[in-house]
This record gives sequence, structure tokens and C-alpha cells, in this order.
Amino acid sequence: MNLTTALARLLIFPGLLFAVPAAWFFLWVERKAVAMMQQRIGPPFMQPFFDFIKLLGKTTPLRNGIDGLLMRAWPLIAVAAAAGAVGLLPVLPSSGGFAGDLILLLALLELPSICIIAAGFSSRSLFGEIGSAREAVLTVSYNIVFLLAIVSIAASQHTFRLEALAQLPATPMRHLALLAILICIPAKLHINPFSLPNAEQEIYSGPLTEYAGPELAMWELSHGLEWVATVGLVATLAVPHITLWWLGAAIFVALSFAIVLLLSVLAAATARLAIDTTVRFYWQCTLVFAVVLISSALFMRLRS
Amino acid sequence: MNLWNRLMCYSRRHSPWLFHMNTGSCNGCDIELIASLTPRYDAEQLGVRLEGSPRHADILCITGPVTRTAAQAVQTVYGQVCGPKAVVAIGSCPATTNVFIDSRVLVGPLNRHIPVDVFVPGCPPRPDAILQGVAKAAEILAERGNNPPAAEEKQP
Repeated sequence: MNLTTALARLLIFPGLLFAVPAAWFFLWVERKAVAMMQQRIGPPFMQPFFDFIKLLGKTTPLRNGIDGLLMRAWPLIAVAAAAGAVGLLPVLPSSGGFAGDLILLLALLELPSICIIAAGFSSRSLFGEIGSAREAVLTVSYNIVFLLAIVSIAASQHTFRLEALAQLPATPMRHLALLAILICIPAKLHINPFSLPNAEQEIYSGPLTEYAGPELAMWELSHGLEWVATVGLVATLAVPHITLWWLGAAIFVALSFAIVLLLSVLAAATARLAIDTTVRFYWQCTLVFAVVLISSALFMRLRS
Repeated sequence: MNLWNRLMCYSRRHSPWLFHMNTGSCNGCDIELIASLTPRYDAEQLGVRLEGSPRHADILCITGPVTRTAAQAVQTVYGQVCGPKAVVAIGSCPATTNVFIDSRVLVGPLNRHIPVDVFVPGCPPRPDAILQGVAKAAEILAERGNNPPAAEEKQP
């Protein structure tokens, strides 16, 4: 991958120019699905876009010194990382990529969570600190399964290159791994039943309590981009490889939409769990997935 | 008015985020405010979102006749809302202190403490009246965003 294709992928497709409208669309689908589950009409189609523009036009409270600087930096880092993660997705066939880009993708997917944890602590708000502590605990819990599931897919098929993984035929183990990843995504995106860090009305807005105006707009955007990146990752691994590129792209879009709808319906149908229940769920119930996946990956490697 | 300002004006009118504050209300108006978010009235069609933090909000919805203990808090929360902002006083209590008038624990009405843009009278007002008040406040907010008042914001 040379510099031009890398820039094109980061900025145009599937990077910022494509991913930002997609992020707003996913945020709208999430809210609309919840509204329809509650028999409401719900927000208009352009709502996330209006919210974003409005937030850009608001003032921010005056903050001096290193705290103010950090509070302005965290949302930007989160947006940059999430956009980079989207840019790495091999949506178009033969779009390039490099050995080990899966590892970079995982690291970039992790960065927004770390930024939120740091942001809550640097805002010096009590509610922010509680939210950050919850986010940290949650990250440690779901990441074991999330990372092991992806690593076991890569290890069993002998490659850490996303495009090669997307082209290889799916094994039963990959379906199991995708199921495990799907279970982790609600926690990664902070939606119900795992909306603990930003538990609205319970600890105000968690780590983002003190953020206002353009900073908050960036947080909303990074949340949307995280949606695109995680859902896109699952769709990339799940879509069967088809030589007709437009059919592949159509299946990719349809599958992403279906996953967003599924997660939104789950969010609308459930209430928030307590932090100890959540941690117990991830450490006790889903660890089975991790053990099965990693042992079968090792087994497949030994056999081949 | 250039294109960006027009877009900003339109966005402000279509995405009012609320922060709800109770200053000693009997809970009647609070219930009606929540009722306006329920499926029957569905305020989300207007882009309304009830926010947990005053920092995120555009419109401050205040209920209650402002008791002596709440007066300072009202001013703090008003300062924490980032501009441009609007205030909606929900119910008769913040407008006139209602039946509690001349009570010695009250320092109301509300407009002695912060500037109020829209009064929604009623004891309690109906959810449709509250929605109308919020929509009107959103229009005021959009205008105010384009011509900011001279004495802007004191941060607490």
C-alpha cells in the first residue's frame, strides 16, 4: 500500500468521507429502532447531523492549563483512531492492506475506550471519575473474549492480514468467533444492557459530563465511527467472498444494517445491568467462548 | 445571512436538548415533562433529548417556585449551560409562585434569579403545552445564536 492509496482509504473510502455519513446513519438507525420498538415515530432522518452542527456552534466553558488542553485533545484522538480503524477495513476487494493490519485495527478500536477513560479522569468531575472507573472495568472484562476471538480466527487461518482473512472461506470456528464478538459489541459501544459508563440519569453522563459544544460533537462522532468500525469488522469477517464486487458490497451493507438493527433492538428491549452483574457475565459466561475458540485454533494449527 | 449561519440556525431549531431542574416543585410538572417524552407525545420528533448534564443542554426546563435552598443552585446550573441557551419555566409556580405566594421559604418567582424566555402556565400544564413551549424556546435559541446578546455568560 503506497501513500496515495493509504490517504485515499483514510480520507475518502471507506475512511472519513464515507464513514462520517455512515456514522450518522447508524446513530439514526439506533435511535429510530428504539423509537419504533416503543411505538413512537422517533427522530427525523437528519437528526444526528443537526445535533452535530448544533454542538459545533455552542460555546465551551473556559478551561486553562494542561487540563483544558487534554480535554480538547482526547475527543480528537478518539475520532482520529476510530476513523483510522474504519479506513483499514477491506470493503473493496483488492484494496491493498499489509501484513498485520488486523493488529493495528484492534489497537485503533481500543483507543477510543482508553480516551474516554482518560477524558473522564481529566475532567475532574466526580461523575466523570465514576464513569471512567466503570469503563475501565468493562474494558478489561469484554476485551478478553473480544481479542481472543479475533486472534483465534487469525491464528487458525495463519494470517494477520484483513484482506486475506476476508477472502478465506468461513469455517464453523469463525462463526462461533463472530458470535462471541457480537456478544462483546454492546459493551464496546456502551449500549444497553451494558451502558454502564455513560449511564444517563444515573451518573449524569459519565465521563462526558463536563464536555460541551464542539468537544461533545467530537465524542458523538467518535461513537458513530466506532459503530461503523466494529460493525464493519464483523461484516467483513462474515461476508462470504464473492467475485462480483458490487454484490459483495451490497451484502456488506445489508449485513451491517442488520447488525445495527439487531443491536438496537437488543438495546431497546433490555435495561441496564449493574456493574458486578456485567463483569460476572463477561468473566464467567463468555469466557467459555474464549477457551473453546483459542483451544480449537491451537488444535487446527497443530493438525495442519 | 450566509449558508453556514442558516444551517446553524436550522440545526439549533431542530435539536433542542433539555436539562430538567426541580426547584421545589410538587412533582406534578415533572411528571408532565416526562409524559411529553413518552410514546403518546413523543418529543423526540422535534429532536428533543433529555440530557443528564447541564453542560450538554440548550434549554433549561425549570419547575417549582424556587425555594430558598434552590436559589443558588438555579444560578449555578444556569451558568453551567453553555450558550446559546434558553430557559423554559414549566408550570404556574416558577411564573408566579402560585398558591405558595408569600411563603417565607420561597424566594421566587424564577425571573428574579435568571432570565426566563418562555413561561408555560398551568398547574400542571399539559404535555402538549410543554412541547409548544419547548418548540418556541428552540426558535428563540436559533435567533439568539445568530445575534448573541451583549452580556454573555458568566462561567461559575
